[in-house]
Amino acid sequence: MTYQEKKSIVSLISVILIFGSFCLYMYPQHPEGGLGSSETLRYWGSFVLILTLVSIVAHIVISIMFNIIFRITTKEKEPAFADELDKFIELKAHRNSFFIFIIGFLLAMGSLIIYQPSQMMFVILIISGFLSDVTGSFTKLYHYRKGF
Amino acid sequence: MGKHLVGNHIRKLRFNHNEMTQQQLADLAGVTRQTIVSLEKGNYSPSLELAFRIARAFNLSLEEVFFYGDNIKP
Repeated sequence: MTYQEKKSIVSLISVILIFGSFCLYMYPQHPEGGLGSSETLRYWGSFVLILTLVSIVAHIVISIMFNIIFRITTKEKEPAFADELDKFIELKAHRNSFFIFIIGFLLAMGSLIIYQPSQMMFVILIISGFLSDVTGSFTKLYHYRKGF
Repeated sequence: MGKHLVGNHIRKLRFNHNEMTQQQLADLAGVTRQTIVSLEKGNYSPSLELAFRIARAFNLSLEEVFFYGDNIKP
């Protein structure tokens, strides 16, 4: 298995683990107030912001750790550049990832139109962000293994 | 019409060139080893530029490394 395939698998697993553990951490902190209260909105706002920051930091840390482990176990250096295949696959992953997020965004806006609580909008947005991340990683893994 | 109609003899040519490794060919062609793996498996049709670079790495013409047709198995 090549570096890119291993990296895609690690990315896929880390996305799921980071999101899952963050949800478990934030769930008990959900405020008791009404659905539209300012405290609830503040909770969801901080949920999105902190999740974004935590994801970025965790991805950087995991990527560095992965590279170190890869070098030690395989005695190979990771590729220092992205060639044409990497760029094609990256584009496909971005396209699929973006497509999933846009669907989620439209659904989130739709939930407001049909008078769903604003909490629903945040939940849909967060889930679509997670799914788009998973889709991106899965697309990379699929194309590295099955071809382009 | 199949998706990948561009086949290649890269694996055979590597063997005939002092058992060149995938990494050595990747370095000569300026790509990652993953791309050589994908090319050898027939999973990826290279750009014209990359095809020329690979042919140059073997000191061969394009037609001696790559071929076009329904039977893509090298």
